[in-house]
Amino acid sequence: MPVKRYLRQRFFPQLWCAGCGHGQIMASLIRAIEELGLQKNNVVVVSGIGCSSRMPGYLDFHTLHTLHGRALAFATGVKMGRPELNVIVPMGDGDASAIGGNHLIHAARRNINITAIVMNNNIYGMTGGQSSPTTPVAAKSTTAPLGNIDPAFDLVELAKGAGASFVARSTTYHSKEMQNMFVKAINHKGFSFVEVLTQCPTYYGRKNEGVSPTEMMKKFATTTTSIGSPKKKENPELIERGVFVDQERTEYASSYCEMINQMRKQK
Amino acid sequence: MKRSNVATQKFIQGNEAVVEGALYAGLGFYAGYPITPSTEIAEQLAEKLPARGGKFIQMEDEIASMCAIIGAALTGQKTMTATSGPGFSLMQEALGYAVMAEVPCVVVNVQRTGPSTGIATTVAQADVMQARWGTHGDHAIIALTASNLQDLFRITVEAFNMAETYRTPVILLIDEVVGHMREKLTIPAPGEYQVVDRLLTSVPSGIDYHPYLPREDGRLPMSDFGGVHRYNVTGLIHDMWGFPSTDPAVAYNLIHHLVDKIENMELEIARYQEFFTEDAEILLISYGSSARSALQVVEDRRKQGVKMGLLELNTLWPFPAEAVRRNSAGKNYILVVEMNMGQIYQEVKKAVQNPERVYLANRFDGIFISHNDIGKVLNLIQGKGV
Ligand SMILES: Cc1ncc(C[n+]2csc(CCOP(=O)(O)OP(=O)(O)O)c2C)c(N)n1
Ligand code: SF4
Ligand SMILES: [Mg+2]
Repeated sequence: MPVKRYLRQRFFPQLWCAGCGHGQIMASLIRAIEELGLQKNNVVVVSGIGCSSRMPGYLDFHTLHTLHGRALAFATGVKMGRPELNVIVPMGDGDASAIGGNHLIHAARRNINITAIVMNNNIYGMTGGQSSPTTPVAAKSTTAPLGNIDPAFDLVELAKGAGASFVARSTTYHSKEMQNMFVKAINHKGFSFVEVLTQCPTYYGRKNEGVSPTEMMKKFATTTTSIGSPKKKENPELIERGVFVDQERTEYASSYCEMINQMRKQK
Repeated sequence: MKRSNVATQKFIQGNEAVVEGALYAGLGFYAGYPITPSTEIAEQLAEKLPARGGKFIQMEDEIASMCAIIGAALTGQKTMTATSGPGFSLMQEALGYAVMAEVPCVVVNVQRTGPSTGIATTVAQADVMQARWGTHGDHAIIALTASNLQDLFRITVEAFNMAETYRTPVILLIDEVVGHMREKLTIPAPGEYQVVDRLLTSVPSGIDYHPYLPREDGRLPMSDFGGVHRYNVTGLIHDMWGFPSTDPAVAYNLIHHLVDKIENMELEIARYQEFFTEDAEILLISYGSSARSALQVVEDRRKQGVKMGLLELNTLWPFPAEAVRRNSAGKNYILVVEMNMGQIYQEVKKAVQNPERVYLANRFDGIFISHNDIGKVLNLIQGKGV
């Protein structure tokens, strides 16, 4: 698998900690792009700020590393500027759902053809382990030393509620499944949203799990289950994986282009 | 849409003159969020842009608007947003991003009374310093303004030209009175005004392209997203490939470059107009709508035989210190006329050799400064009482 072909090796080694899940997500994304046969010049990767958001720098595409939470707003400009490009937006959980929550729901509402990937490690990794909107209740962080009392977002429900026309969830343990979802999400014409549960051994792990990165990742095998599996009935705590929404709905950038054509005909 | 090949005349509002200027300059993408007194710009462009094949989008807020125009600019479009104080405050972080990543774009601020929500419908010129220093970190910025529609049209075209020439966001800092007043505007025929298009790299495909390595003349040819060169754009301190760096030498050189490429160009960027300045003993310095009242005072007093002149600034940043210094030399009084508590007044004092002769005529209560307001201050400094 020629993953290297898609990397800017000049800028290696990358900055992620050993055992961080973000690199695994990058690898699955590259494989998905390879599988789709996308031309490198037709791919733009836009990110915000966070450990997750450092991904684009390592990728040999057009890459735009922006501001904390604002990746989807920048990406909307890119997509409107050149709708023929594939726009992929990897984000952190804090990036996407705290500071960037407003842009997330509006990009979903517009159904603009962008692929959003949330690399959810339930923590602010880059700033050293503070709570995020997906930190579970009772989990510890540097800003919740006695355990978190803030209820967490279910990002899949959030994306569904906002109108995303493709919504899926996977984990770093399920790399092939994740890759398949990326393929579907990038192919989808409309706003696609993929949440990937991932491990931050350095902060979330150390405060809460006290196990090796590999153990953290393997836990996703037992804490999650496929959509519709009978296991969920036995244990409602299990987090479902799979494609939750896959609908056809008018896409924003193309309906704008249609409007331009109509206006031109009228003149 | 048909584009006429001859000059056309219109009787329109200042905000519409911005729209006409932007379209003349080749605007391709606008993102914005409604706010008084700038909203007409968005409303007009929602109709006019798609009719010309361009694109308009109403974003969820001003932060998103600023981000979207940067994203679209990187695909090769000329882009703009427009707002007023509260929205301009929200844009500051992304404005700094455009400075750092050297992305050409135009940001219009139709100033209203602040701080905070202030008075939404009344005039002010109190965002002059925010335009200069609103975003964090050492940087330079270009800010332009105008007092009438013909100048506003021209300066709007120049805002786009400067954005392309210097690869920087340019702020069009107008005010409520100019934005809303109606006047005749003659739109020049295409080609009559210079329009600067994006400087694209001549580096061919397959050869290492350095998006952030300035040429000898300081300029940075671009390559559009979707083109043959794939590079990184970031708000972090970055090297010549656009890749993040914490090397102090890289940081030093980049910050110097960002400041010098504009500050060293003061004379090229300075736009100003001199009215009756040659033999003037008293000099008024003003800009935007205030300059209209200032000019009226000058014309009135000239009729009474008073040797008075006006220096009207169209470039506010980088501050046209040379023009101010030259015009102020040897004057008995220099009176700065503006609608804030002395933001340009302080700059003038710094620039001139006779700062003790610099006075301020101002208003900041939402009421347009009149020739009477200025006349009273003049009488006072001339020892004539009010
Ligand atoms: C406006 C702004 N506020 C705060 C920060 C500091 N900051 C940087 S990354 C980050 C959170 C990162 O967490 P997440 O988005 O979950 O990404 P991760 O590092 O976990 O991958 C914060 C708060 C910032 N860069 N900008
Ligand atoms: S701090 Fe956490 S999220 Fe960041 S690189 Fe290290 S392991 Fe990954
Ligand atoms: Mg995180």
